[in-house]
Amino acid sequence: MTPLLEVKNLTMAFGGIKALDSVDLHIEPGQIAALIGPNGAGKTTLFNCLTGIYTPTSGDIFLNAPGGKARRLNGLKINAITALGVARTFQNIRLFGGMTVLENVMIGRHPRSSAGILGAIFRPPATRREEQDIVDKSYALLESMGLSESANELASNLPYGAQRRLEIARALATEPRVLLLDEPAAGMNPQETNELEGLLTRLQAAHELSILLIEHDMKLVMNLAENIFVLDYGEEIARGAPQEIRNNPAVIKAYLGEEDDAEAQ
Amino acid sequence: MKFFPELKKSFVIALWFMLLTFPVLVIRVNTIENIVVWRWINLAVIGSAAFVLSFLWQLYWRRKSAAAPVSVAQTSALTRRMSDPKFYRPFLIVIAALTLVFPFVASHYQINIMTTALIYVMLGLGLNIEVGLAGLLDLGYVAFYAVGAYSYALLNYHFGLGFWTLLPVGALLAAFFGILVGFPVLRLRGDYLAIVTLAFAEILRLVLENWNAFSFGPSGISNIPRPGFFGIDLTLEQSAVYMYFLLVALCVLTIFVIHRIQHSRIGRAWVALREDELACQAMGIDKTRAKLAAFALGATWAGMAGVLFAAKTTFINPASFTFLESAMILAIVVLGGMGSIVGVIIAALAIILLPEYLRVLGDYRMILFGAALILMMIFRPRGLITPAGKTYEFRCSGKPAAPEKRLP
Repeated sequence: MTPLLEVKNLTMAFGGIKALDSVDLHIEPGQIAALIGPNGAGKTTLFNCLTGIYTPTSGDIFLNAPGGKARRLNGLKINAITALGVARTFQNIRLFGGMTVLENVMIGRHPRSSAGILGAIFRPPATRREEQDIVDKSYALLESMGLSESANELASNLPYGAQRRLEIARALATEPRVLLLDEPAAGMNPQETNELEGLLTRLQAAHELSILLIEHDMKLVMNLAENIFVLDYGEEIARGAPQEIRNNPAVIKAYLGEEDDAEAQ
Repeated sequence: MKFFPELKKSFVIALWFMLLTFPVLVIRVNTIENIVVWRWINLAVIGSAAFVLSFLWQLYWRRKSAAAPVSVAQTSALTRRMSDPKFYRPFLIVIAALTLVFPFVASHYQINIMTTALIYVMLGLGLNIEVGLAGLLDLGYVAFYAVGAYSYALLNYHFGLGFWTLLPVGALLAAFFGILVGFPVLRLRGDYLAIVTLAFAEILRLVLENWNAFSFGPSGISNIPRPGFFGIDLTLEQSAVYMYFLLVALCVLTIFVIHRIQHSRIGRAWVALREDELACQAMGIDKTRAKLAAFALGATWAGMAGVLFAAKTTFINPASFTFLESAMILAIVVLGGMGSIVGVIIAALAIILLPEYLRVLGDYRMILFGAALILMMIFRPRGLITPAGKTYEFRCSGKPAAPEKRLP
């Protein structure tokens, strides 16, 4: 099977510092994969490269649409990458706080709709249909995320866990093939994390999504991910199924430090 | 003591006021007799007045905050009532009737003031697209106004083209300039954008002032024709009334168009751009196109307003397009409430009409005007009318459409 998202030899350097050094990564269609590593390992940098916020120094990122040809994502604009089907959430929640919950999701429909200025002014039937379609689909997404009750509230008034879910709903509205989640469980209590786990499994099944998540909650990662990639200081130090990663000495060393080092000090 | 904190604070405030006003109100240098007059009595008056006022003020706030904890998110009663059709329909009808009757009961002078105010309504609504919706702080909006005015004046002077031909031409030229300014400032936000747009407006004004061969310099262009009315010659009074109705019609058009754009896909994209640029792009919105569209559309209304201004005054020179104008229009948008159409209209009328009607107060009118602005910003820092979030009717999975619910 050809991987849906393929990262080959990706290097991202900021001046002399290599935040990512020859990273390889691939996600199969319909797979949930996880990206873990200690703080500062380059996980979010990798996300930023994948979504066009940074242009990688070298290497390739390919998105292989099923039955279509591979698209190279390097150097494309952020919005172009979203339009191709890569959506993301942010580590520090970046909702549109002054807009309602429903409007936040409606913004996500932007790349899947087309009305322009003339359409907005004259409102021909096609535009009106599209607008209603945006509202309906957004509301359906809110229902599936359990947020429909607060559809007309300001996004900034939502509780923290709900804001995280709203970010996912907003990303889903762009109809992605690959969903990148940057620490979706950060700041959630164990119960909310449990619910998130169920939610992500359901979403993945319902939308035939591939999900790549950065997460520090190892229980969530081990339960969800079929495949785990471990980064440390910008280099990939391990990859594999959860069980392999759990027992990988390099990973344990990256997270807990080496005993010799501790003694030497 | 019960009021000790308030008393202490009032005392400090009184001291501060005495210090601030000391040079102006206490010292008077008599240059004829070469003596300095110390007016200590003024200091005492200022001090005690500041003390009493600030004490009363603080008591008021203490009682208010004790009475009802005010939620930040709560929209004001005014805003809520504005979105209720039962409330605003009769209101609208009354306003429409007043608008129609006004020129037949008011004097020539008052019609002229009102026409000027309506030009500012257009300008305010146009700038509202840039500042209020898309969050692009433009301090050089007057440049687009000048482009509109000069394109009417110059094209009419050189080619004899009429008002109705040049109204869209002026709008298009201004839109073109909007895009021209938009391109280099795409990466800038906030203060930086403000400075660059300010500089652009100053450059344009200086060019108009100094390029005599092109724009006739500071002496300006006179004898600009008023808009034609099917070839009938109008008297001065008639043409003022005609101009008034023309502006009413164009304002209605502006309101209609901007209202529709605001509640459309592109309007939402602008608001998202204002809220969070990066998240907005990650949602598939093309930042470049959204920003340029905001600049172009905002400039279009300024261009139209410029053509109307030139046609109304029949004389333009660069002195009409100074930074003060930009600041005035920005004040309209901020006072009215960013992104609120009704708020901007009220603010435009207030800012232009108040100084005119305060003329009876003579020299004090500008002080009162300034005080009114400051009080406005203290009591309603988010503008006269805070735009309420729009609610949508949705139907989904075969269920009947949910009843429309307004924001609390």
